[in-house]
Amino acid sequence: MRIGIDVGGTNTDAVLMNGMDVIGWRKTPTTPDVGSGIITVLRDLLADTKVAAADIRAVMIGTTHFTNAIVERRRLIEVAAIRLGLPATRSLPPFSAWPADLASALGRHRYMLKGGNEFDGREIAPLDELSLRDVARDLRGKGITAAAVSSVFSPVTPKMEQRAADILAEEVPGIRLSLSHEIGRIGFLERENATIMNACLVDLADAVVSSFRRALEELRIDAPFFISQNDGTLMAPQHVERYPVLTFASGPTNSMRGAALLAGLREAMVVDIGGTTSDVGMLMHGFPREAAMSVDIGGVRTNFRMPDVLAIGLGGGSIVRDDGARIGPDSVGYELTSRAMVFGGDVLTTTDIVVAAGLQDIGDRSRVKHVSKSVIATAIDTIHRIADTAVDRMKTSAAPMPVILVGGGAILVTRGLPSASEVVHPPHSSVANAIGAAVAQVGGEVDRVFAVEGQSRDAVLDIAKQEACERAVAAGADKSTVKIVEVEDVPLAYLPGNATRIRAKAVGDLSLQF
Amino acid sequence: MRKITQQDLLDLAIGAAFLGTGGGGDPYIGRLMVQAAMEEGGDVVLLDPSEVPDDALVIPTAMMGAPTVLVEKIPSGEEAVASLRRLEDHLGKKAFATMPIECGGINSTIPLVVGAMTGLPVIDADGMGRAFPELQMETFSVLGVSGSPMVVTNEYGDSAMIDARDEKFMEWIARGVTIRMGGAAYIAEYSMSGADVKRTAVPNTISLGIQIGRCLREAKAGHKNPIEALLQMLPQTLYSFAKVIWRGKVIDVRRETKMGWALGYAKIEGFDGWKGVMEIQIQNENLIARVDGKVRAIVPDLICIMEAETAEPITTEYLRYGQRVVVVSVAVPPIMRTPEALEVFGPKGFRIDEPYTPIERIV
Repeated sequence: MRIGIDVGGTNTDAVLMNGMDVIGWRKTPTTPDVGSGIITVLRDLLADTKVAAADIRAVMIGTTHFTNAIVERRRLIEVAAIRLGLPATRSLPPFSAWPADLASALGRHRYMLKGGNEFDGREIAPLDELSLRDVARDLRGKGITAAAVSSVFSPVTPKMEQRAADILAEEVPGIRLSLSHEIGRIGFLERENATIMNACLVDLADAVVSSFRRALEELRIDAPFFISQNDGTLMAPQHVERYPVLTFASGPTNSMRGAALLAGLREAMVVDIGGTTSDVGMLMHGFPREAAMSVDIGGVRTNFRMPDVLAIGLGGGSIVRDDGARIGPDSVGYELTSRAMVFGGDVLTTTDIVVAAGLQDIGDRSRVKHVSKSVIATAIDTIHRIADTAVDRMKTSAAPMPVILVGGGAILVTRGLPSASEVVHPPHSSVANAIGAAVAQVGGEVDRVFAVEGQSRDAVLDIAKQEACERAVAAGADKSTVKIVEVEDVPLAYLPGNATRIRAKAVGDLSLQF
Repeated sequence: MRKITQQDLLDLAIGAAFLGTGGGGDPYIGRLMVQAAMEEGGDVVLLDPSEVPDDALVIPTAMMGAPTVLVEKIPSGEEAVASLRRLEDHLGKKAFATMPIECGGINSTIPLVVGAMTGLPVIDADGMGRAFPELQMETFSVLGVSGSPMVVTNEYGDSAMIDARDEKFMEWIARGVTIRMGGAAYIAEYSMSGADVKRTAVPNTISLGIQIGRCLREAKAGHKNPIEALLQMLPQTLYSFAKVIWRGKVIDVRRETKMGWALGYAKIEGFDGWKGVMEIQIQNENLIARVDGKVRAIVPDLICIMEAETAEPITTEYLRYGQRVVVVSVAVPPIMRTPEALEVFGPKGFRIDEPYTPIERIV
């Protein structure tokens, strides 16, 4: 059996699963130290289900802790941003276009050195090792313990970043290094930004991972544990200690993956309705469709692969106005249980509407007796229209698709939607996130520029796919289950040799027996 | 004469993507470079062509190569200035101003970087009136201004001077040099007099880019339909006719590289009363839009694909299955529609076997 845990900003959820079946689940408020919330929720869960700690074979954890740390600028450490690329790249130094408060929190330590590569692997300049040793001395003097190393075209050839890492590790004992080729893809500033953000989180990553570890030890769960990353696949804890930034989008990904499992659907739309907003996304082959554009996190531009999610202002706490014709986008949020009418407050919310309509029994129903039938009917129509429009916007074909509803606010949608072939309310949907973590797979991917000339396009694509599969196996996937889930090729205009950027992603089940 | 503001740069990034008609590269890096140079105290002054003395020397500047390289190998910032200085030395005369050769995409911003770094004013005009893939596709050359002598410079300040028999051969040699320089390099070319600027350039295209960005931004802020606002604004400019030619959903995108071009097509299935499938042929930029084999818009008129909800222009690299889009076509100014101009950058310039029909005559 395995356990999935979702450590959110508000709640920590845990779910116990046997294969793909949910045995039980629990929710508890997230604690500042993370670990004691996990201990509480797991202790309750094991007691509920009468399962012994020794029977747990793996624990999968999803967390928004690192994203929140960046957004709130809390618990970040100072970072040396080391760039290899001069004389190119000088016009835009590290931290260009960053929010000033975040750049200051990280100390704005920037070093630009000769180095980097061209698109075809030639060196722009050899690595300036002497200057790098000077930088290392400077870091020792300033007591900086983390560095982000970014070299031009390192996704094509990572050698220079690796050599720089060796030198820094030798000169600055104990330094924590983040290398851009291990974190991002082509698009230098976005990749460098992500690498710097990663570096400022490594101490927090240590603290969080060791609190996870201690929580499991305390409960005598000695199964291996994993942490879910942006694309819905798993990382080992030692990987998270090095690459916390790769967890940034795991929240929406897990909830969509959980929805897929709960509903038994691989091609569907998912609407995750919370208290204030709903996230609408699309599942393709059981995975969220990714956004194509760059994504800002805490005001910093990155090019992470994030699920393509549309957030709309519809939730269980959304405020109802104009006799039900207007809903949200504002919400009473976490104050639902004091400000909504059924909880004794004076604000008419969507939750009050579904209670007044007799569709749910929450709080004190007598407090919404005065709400007229026409207001109830109009508000319910409005809720469905908002949800339907959002689903329709995110769909990729006019054909109706199944819509899976998850999250605490899923009770708002009670009828079919014109854009949906069916509306599915799966069981356990309020812990879809933790379930998504529990069923995460292991992935491998390739994203680099290939010269296609002299070979057929298919032959080159096969090379890329093969590499992606090998990486998935290296990351811990069971070879017999690995398959390619995504291939994309974009020819680079104006370059010789039919240079083409190829992205391939493979995933497989974790190679352990659960 | 007007000073460029930070808000202008944000607006220009959107307007230049629109005028890029799918190509020209993302102006993001260029915008950051201008911002950085402006924060160092360098103002950028935009000059109307009428404000340029007839005998003044104008040296246009630009990036040449793959925008995909530029987003990874960011410039040192000195390259385009170095090309301009080297050309000044060669000509034995100081430039009075610089100017864009292309107002769509990244090249709308490179001359602004040069302006901010050197203090030279930037002329509010260009030679393409949009984005095109090759250096001979300029109203300058159509109207007799020589592209040569031309200078290509890399981040080291290595430079090559090219003096070629015609603009097409200049393009071909410069392309080879650019590849040796890593796939992106910075150029100065088409040096000309103020009188030639007035005679051969498409005027006011940088301010048009700013105006397009501002129009979309203000419409959105005022909860008005941004595309409607744009269709009302454009006819008041030299781009005197604009209309929506399709609304629909992208159902297929194909791209491949052939002969140094990003070739491909996008298929857009109509909705909101638009019945059928529009196929847009892409050759770096959007070149022809057809429905059932019938031409609905053709180069050099602009064919711009915009996100239906947000009215964001979508570049070829970001086109993908499932997007809901509006396709807008815009008439280019008369200077770009003469028989001589169409010979170079009309359908024939792209080896397309279709006659040119102005967008306002296509029903």
